[in-house]
Amino acid sequence: MTTPSSAPPAGENYFNRDYSLRSWLTTRDHKRIALLYLASITGFFSIAAVAAALMRWELLTPQGDLVVSDMYNRLFTLHGVTMVWFFLIPSIPSVLGNFVLPLMIGARDVAFPRLNLLSWYVFMAGGLLALYSIVAGGVDTGWTFYTPYSSTYSNSHVMAMAAGVFIAGFSSIATGLNFIVTIHRLRAPGLTWFRLPLFVWSLYATSLILVLATPVLAITLLLIMLERLFGVGVFDPKLGGDPLLFQHLFWFYSHPAVYIMILPGMGVISELIACFSRKRVFGYNVVAVASLAIALLGFLVWGHHMFVSSQSVYAGLVFSLLSFLVSVPSAVKVFNWTATLHRGSITFDTPFLYALGFLALFTVGGLTGLFLATLAVDVHLHDTYFVIAHFHYIMVGGMVMAYLGGIHYWWPKISGRLYHEATARVAAVTIFVGFNLTFFPQFILGYLGMPRRFHIYPAEFQTLNVLSTAGAGILGLGYALPLCYLGWSLFRGPRAGANPWNATGLEWTTPSPPPEHNFDRTPVVTQEPYHYPEPGA
Amino acid sequence: MKDSAARTLLLVYASLLAILAASAGLSRVLAGVTGTAVALGLAAAKTALVFLFFMRLRRQSGLVRVFALAGFFWLTLLAVFVAADYLTRA
Amino acid sequence: MKPSPPEPSPYGDPAQRAAARQLGMWLFIATEVLLFGGLFVSYALYRSAYPAAFADGSRRLDFGIGTLNTAILLTSSLGMALADHAARNGRKRLVRRCLLATWLLGAAFLGLKFFEYHQKFAEHLVPGRFFRPDGGGAPQLQLFFFLYFALTGLHAAHMLIGLAVIAWLGWRARDRSGTDPLPAVEIGGLYWHFVDCVWVFLYPLLYLIRPP
Repeated sequence: MTTPSSAPPAGENYFNRDYSLRSWLTTRDHKRIALLYLASITGFFSIAAVAAALMRWELLTPQGDLVVSDMYNRLFTLHGVTMVWFFLIPSIPSVLGNFVLPLMIGARDVAFPRLNLLSWYVFMAGGLLALYSIVAGGVDTGWTFYTPYSSTYSNSHVMAMAAGVFIAGFSSIATGLNFIVTIHRLRAPGLTWFRLPLFVWSLYATSLILVLATPVLAITLLLIMLERLFGVGVFDPKLGGDPLLFQHLFWFYSHPAVYIMILPGMGVISELIACFSRKRVFGYNVVAVASLAIALLGFLVWGHHMFVSSQSVYAGLVFSLLSFLVSVPSAVKVFNWTATLHRGSITFDTPFLYALGFLALFTVGGLTGLFLATLAVDVHLHDTYFVIAHFHYIMVGGMVMAYLGGIHYWWPKISGRLYHEATARVAAVTIFVGFNLTFFPQFILGYLGMPRRFHIYPAEFQTLNVLSTAGAGILGLGYALPLCYLGWSLFRGPRAGANPWNATGLEWTTPSPPPEHNFDRTPVVTQEPYHYPEPGA
Repeated sequence: MKDSAARTLLLVYASLLAILAASAGLSRVLAGVTGTAVALGLAAAKTALVFLFFMRLRRQSGLVRVFALAGFFWLTLLAVFVAADYLTRA
Repeated sequence: MKPSPPEPSPYGDPAQRAAARQLGMWLFIATEVLLFGGLFVSYALYRSAYPAAFADGSRRLDFGIGTLNTAILLTSSLGMALADHAARNGRKRLVRRCLLATWLLGAAFLGLKFFEYHQKFAEHLVPGRFFRPDGGGAPQLQLFFFLYFALTGLHAAHMLIGLAVIAWLGWRARDRSGTDPLPAVEIGGLYWHFVDCVWVFLYPLLYLIRPP
């Protein structure tokens, strides 16, 4: 592109270029769109967190004293739907991915900037429709919308909620498509595939899932809506339909969606571990390819959610075996990160604390996943708090830790400011402690047989439930802290400079915050990523 | 040069109509699994012609071809594993 | 407010832009395959479970209209391919004529389709409360007709979008517009051809079922 006729004044960047609301709502700048997403998903996260707080409050005592069962059903549905589709799925891809992907590959923007803005509007339309369904009275089906309850019997606002998720799905598709084309077509000169940062590899794998799985969710939700409208029996056995067909179609999306919710986190962790141990990621090629392997294998394991449905036992065997297989590339990554730490010159800055937290919690979450992938063990643990604990270790312990680690790592790039390091470390430790106190007791509760999705429980489970609720309080405090000190840093934080971590990577070669078109001159890449000096050299 | 390219398109169109006629005719004769298999085979042939010539997949890079087939491949994964369940129910 | 900056472009040159759009459209088509795919899988499951009901339902569809509509769509695809060919040679007038022919054929398809829908409505074959097939029919006949309406309805929605796209392409190809029509015709054409291919599969699956 030719240089603009009038060069931008010094000190002008994407953020301070124009403060008007209109300039934000019509922006095509990937960095501004990332911030639009950041604000929106923080809002959705808060709503879902309030629902979680109410549930934990109810579970302090064995009897139902805060809410009745019907209200409790609506709370966990609200929590699940909002956290999955309006926080976790867009969290790292749409916020951090949107912000740093073009910077990391030396591009001026994503491949289709207008589509990128459209995807935010579509996301908000879906999100507002989902919020409407909550305000109108809520949904009681659980985030999984299992049929025939959701399609025939439920009297709650399933239509609006399903329509909201359906619409938000197209935002996922647009984002995934945009990233894939961007990575293929807009890499800077010299930036070959095996010179890409691992975060880019993981975003590529994530985008493949977004693009190939989300359409199936869309059509499945459409079927539920049509079934509710016309009552023709697609999922109703009375009329010849099969409820299990819904589960197949739903989990064909929703199991790979679990990898949408962890792969980008793994990418962030690779960046953090390399930067704060000053070393190239051990076995870079293997970690890169493992992302793709997880994306592919992740499509072939959905039946492990259906072991205790009437699914064929032979299909169950195959799904169980494949579920064990998908743990191999995940474990390879954990080993490689650990090996990277070995003999690195480590500094315990805040992002690195989150990375360590991720390693510990993801390992626990992953290993307990193997219990659940085992056919016979799953019969005992299915639909208990063990499952709840398992997937919260992956999604909160894994993805949210990685998301926060990434936010802290790139915050100086995003805002141009440094946050208060000591406070940030306190928050990271608080979150780690609060998280474990919340969810570790749930493994035991589940093993002892406490089922999920009930607001009452036998008295002998109370001690563990009180511990869990106490942990949730600490966790909530931990989440509130970054809102405060990151907000404060926007106004009072010291200037960060282009590269406060002395990190490698193209995003650190441009000023913080970056200018509107990212780079004054298109960078040329001549070496592999993570070219930190050898320790002792 | 222009004429030969246009002629190719017309030739492809003629083949498409011929396959359609065959498909309609054979459906009156063949039944059961054979009938379905033949009908789907002919539909796949029509699609292949449209993809290769009308959509110029013939002239595209390997990457674009892979992406064109990706949707079908993933759909096959869905179909095969769903079938694996329903066909092996006890 | 500051004067709006020139359209920001992430691309270095037009060739890079064209390559990105092509890749994007093919990827979008892959997502469409999976969108329709969910319905096709449902169809396969229920057809294998209730072959008699599906054969019964298929006999109640209008074989003639189905076949004619397939021919119409294949012809419209030819029109689109010729428009693309004309755009490559820079013949804008021919581009417009081909697009007009394609648009009219698409509209004719939809006209026939809605005539068929009307027939089914009159015969009480629309699933739901008013589903009352002549002679009772097999118990799962309603499932067939649900899938018929879902598949053809989703397809018709794509056709409507396609018609809007073609109209836009024709507008861009007018003589006074300074832009080269080819890139847009090429990308829009890919979509139109794909939607036709969906019908190519719907035709045998819905209209050509014979009892085993």
